[in-house]
Amino acid sequence: MTATEAPPQTTPLKAKQRLGDIVFSRTSLASGAAILVILALVAVFLIAQSLPALVVDPEKFIGSPPSLWDYVWPLVFGTLWSSALALAMALPLAVGIALFISHYAPRRLSQFLGYIIDLLAAVPSVVYGLWGIGVLAPAVLPAYAWLTENLGWIPLFSGPVSGTGRTILTASIVLGVMILPVMTAICREIFLQTPVLHEEAALALGATRWEMITMSVLPFGRPGIISGAMLGLGRALGETMAVAMVLSPTAIVSFALLQSTNPSTIAANIALSFPESYGVNVNLLIFTGLVLFVITLIVNSIARYIVNRRKDFSGAN
Amino acid sequence: MSKRIEVNDLNVYYGKFKAVEDVSMLIEPRSVTAFIGPSGCGKSTFIRTLNRMHEVIPGAYVEGQVLIDGDDLYGPGVDPVLVRRQVGMVFQRPNPFPTMSIRDNVLAGVKLNNRRISKSDADELVERSLRGANLWNEVKDRLERPGASISGGQQQRLCIARAIAVEPEVILMDEPCSALDPISTLAIEDLIEELKQDYTIVIVTHNMQQASRVSDRTAFFNIAGTGHPGKLIEYDDTRIIFSNPSVKATEDYVSGKFG
Repeated sequence: MTATEAPPQTTPLKAKQRLGDIVFSRTSLASGAAILVILALVAVFLIAQSLPALVVDPEKFIGSPPSLWDYVWPLVFGTLWSSALALAMALPLAVGIALFISHYAPRRLSQFLGYIIDLLAAVPSVVYGLWGIGVLAPAVLPAYAWLTENLGWIPLFSGPVSGTGRTILTASIVLGVMILPVMTAICREIFLQTPVLHEEAALALGATRWEMITMSVLPFGRPGIISGAMLGLGRALGETMAVAMVLSPTAIVSFALLQSTNPSTIAANIALSFPESYGVNVNLLIFTGLVLFVITLIVNSIARYIVNRRKDFSGAN
Repeated sequence: MSKRIEVNDLNVYYGKFKAVEDVSMLIEPRSVTAFIGPSGCGKSTFIRTLNRMHEVIPGAYVEGQVLIDGDDLYGPGVDPVLVRRQVGMVFQRPNPFPTMSIRDNVLAGVKLNNRRISKSDADELVERSLRGANLWNEVKDRLERPGASISGGQQQRLCIARAIAVEPEVILMDEPCSALDPISTLAIEDLIEELKQDYTIVIVTHNMQQASRVSDRTAFFNIAGTGHPGKLIEYDDTRIIFSNPSVKATEDYVSGKFG
């Protein structure tokens, strides 16, 4: 312990600052911060504008519901229910299409199909809404009638059947078609990136094509499938025009798919009610927007959790 | 359970391009046969035709015969899936399934084609296969860890365990040590020595010392130049190939004059 002399005075080594590095790091920092700022601004707006709806007497709301939640809950239910239906229909289809494009179709056909899928993504939602009213709803009517007649004992398909075909199932089908392209595109990209090594490992063990896909392609693509599903779900939760056009809403909570009374969704309800709203009803609609914001946040967090849970097994190490 | 491989006048094509021309050879059961030759000479292509793995590449096809104990691999109605169960393969880079545990990796091939296996049989098979690949003592306490969590050399031995778990007749190894360090390489070479008691082994290698250490017979492949098909130049006992080959090109290659 004789280290009495002071440690040699050294100027700390400074890395040379290069202009390109500085510009790039500042730009990316600013971009990252911008996301947070925008999100915070939206959240502040939603919360500030919702507050009046929380303190006021619910009697003052349109339709005089017993409480605020009696107004919000059917909308939340309708939003979740229609999006879940859309996802349940579209996800298997998206994975199937993506697998066909990436592993089954000949190269020329798969390129063509890829373009078609991207084209579908570019169709505006109002067009899907029109298609839902004009083509889909009349077309599915006979099928709906058959379902209520023959499978009506299942609560989902209980009658009486809607006379227009404009039910929550129709809206969900439209939503499913809308979210299909983005999910397919993401799944296709990730399936194409499956390491050839893993595919060959499966084949060399005597796997059939399908077994090769379940052993190597799907496990590798799992995080991508989940991300794609969440992007699709996010779009379905927030979709406004298509649902607003197809559904004639009622404030009910019902799982029945084929009846003429259907719950609306938060976004569609805002779009339909906002033009005629005044006073505290505007705050009420904004409050439902806040609820949608929170739901989307929760859904995305769950997806993150699922993707991260088996990180060790992801093959990224 | 090992079998004899007989190749008669085999040509391999990728579309219009002839990659390998006119190969005939006889590979004895319970032996190690090494394929050597410069890059691009068709030895990897040729080894893949022994379990029809070349068919993964669109447009690839063969002319000629590959007989395993007299059964033609390319006969009408022969299912490539069943061929690959009989003729296992280990690749250049270790490729355990990253989403599966070590245990599931070993059982991956066994559970294919809707085969079922009881828990106790599976446990026994996992231990036997991992012991067979000299890996049991290193991983027995972490069988549920991911297949990618062990070192590269261990992963390659895991791939060998996975291959022998389905009890093939033949094991093909396409440069199994080229991505490994010398210690891991030695472990694999010792393993090949043991495996040859039970299996017919064919190994592609760029490492001439490795060929002379592990193999009984050696085949030397060469090409006349880019765009020409690869050909089998000489096939003989390893001792002869490395001491007194009958073709000048073989001698030049094994003595390091080219390649």
